[in-house]
Amino acid sequence: MPPPGIEISNLSLRYAGASIFEDLNLTLVAGKFSVLLGPSGVGKTSLLRIIAGLEAPADGYVRATDSKPLGGRIAYMAQQDLLLPWASALNNVMLGAALRGSARDTDRAMVLLQRVGLHGRAQALPAQLSGGERQRVALARTLYEDRPVVLMDEPFSALDAITRARIQNLAAELLAGRTVLLITHDPMEACRLGHSLAVLAGSPARLGIPIIVPGAPPRTPDDDEVLHIQGELLRRLAGLSA
Amino acid sequence: MIRPFVTLGVFIAVWWALTAFTAIPAFMLPSPQAVGAALWAQRDYLAANTLVTLTEIILGLVAGTLLGGVAALGIAASPVLQRWLMPILVLSQAIPVFALAPLLVLWLGFGIGSKVAMAVLVIFFPVTANFLDGLRRTEPGWLDLARTMNASPILVLLHLRLPAALPAFASGLRVATAIAPIGAILGEWVGASSGLGYVMINANARIETDLMFAALAILAAMAITLYVAMDHALRRLLRWAPEA
Repeated sequence: MPPPGIEISNLSLRYAGASIFEDLNLTLVAGKFSVLLGPSGVGKTSLLRIIAGLEAPADGYVRATDSKPLGGRIAYMAQQDLLLPWASALNNVMLGAALRGSARDTDRAMVLLQRVGLHGRAQALPAQLSGGERQRVALARTLYEDRPVVLMDEPFSALDAITRARIQNLAAELLAGRTVLLITHDPMEACRLGHSLAVLAGSPARLGIPIIVPGAPPRTPDDDEVLHIQGELLRRLAGLSA
Repeated sequence: MIRPFVTLGVFIAVWWALTAFTAIPAFMLPSPQAVGAALWAQRDYLAANTLVTLTEIILGLVAGTLLGGVAALGIAASPVLQRWLMPILVLSQAIPVFALAPLLVLWLGFGIGSKVAMAVLVIFFPVTANFLDGLRRTEPGWLDLARTMNASPILVLLHLRLPAALPAFASGLRVATAIAPIGAILGEWVGASSGLGYVMINANARIETDLMFAALAILAAMAITLYVAMDHALRRLLRWAPEA
């Protein structure tokens, strides 16, 4: 079954009387990587949480383009790896099955660990893994859920540049074909991974016109198009904060 | 590792000096040698009574921990249980155990039952309160993740909130281990036919202060050993928890 796109219409969110955003409209194209950039505190994470069903908007709605309910079709990857410190990497990957009371598919979890390059660390506890390895386990856990829509909130921001570049390649490869929304602070990451990039800024926050990036992710960092769009993106972000 | 023994050595030396160079009568402060002699001479009597007190403490710890654990889980799982159990929890702490001791002896007799009940009463609150606190402080990110995974609330409690609360539960258990002897000894003072508390009350009445000190020394050694053993076991079991 093809993944649905997601339509965000007239979305408003208020906290303690202050408006975070009003009348927000955005479409996440089915099967593509959409990237959302913007300054801290502008409401990017709130938007992601509303789409994930973790928070309710003051107004507006989020729905799938195939008009079926979104519940149960979204996987969520947060800024922290959120691994359980008492459980092995393998059991962390299969957490969803344990929490739903369904049978754990150890073979599939092992295949996923192999695909993120951690086949030999299946029994390791999170404390025995590096930051990059932990985030790869979190990626495998996200993939184990096998949901058509994946929401990611700056999942790679705490990693060093080399580790981040590697895991970006991995994410682009393993999440290809799903409808993905990625929040990031990093224009380079946006340009390498995104099919369409949108900037959220202002108070109340507004969305700029999305930039469409040609070619398939992951793009190489020194790709002319990537560098060109990165420049454009930086100009937009700088213009907003000026 | 050497420090506790140095402290103990200095303590005994000061004690010895007090008995050797001052006029404090032996019935008020017996010398370390006299206590040592009493310890040896009455070893069978002391050993039998130590076993009684130790049994009371361990049974109290097991029962109190089980009760506290179940109560905390019940309160965390169900708002209805929370409304019914919270007042009992607070009450168990509001009434001084000392005031209840004579009643418990009256109801449960001079045997081991009333002492175990005392120990349970003393440790129920710290175990329940600490565990409950841990169950309520689950990392919000984990709960969000569980929601996006369509998790069942009872399995979230079992697989996520419960293990996450184990370090807090362990803190409660440490406190419980440290104070469980208080409950048992208190029960023995109020009315008993055996146990270290009973030995102390009797020795006190007969002005056998050296025997009283001997019982006290055994009690202290037992309480410290219990605590160290519990602490060690908890550290081993909760190796994943950074602060355990």
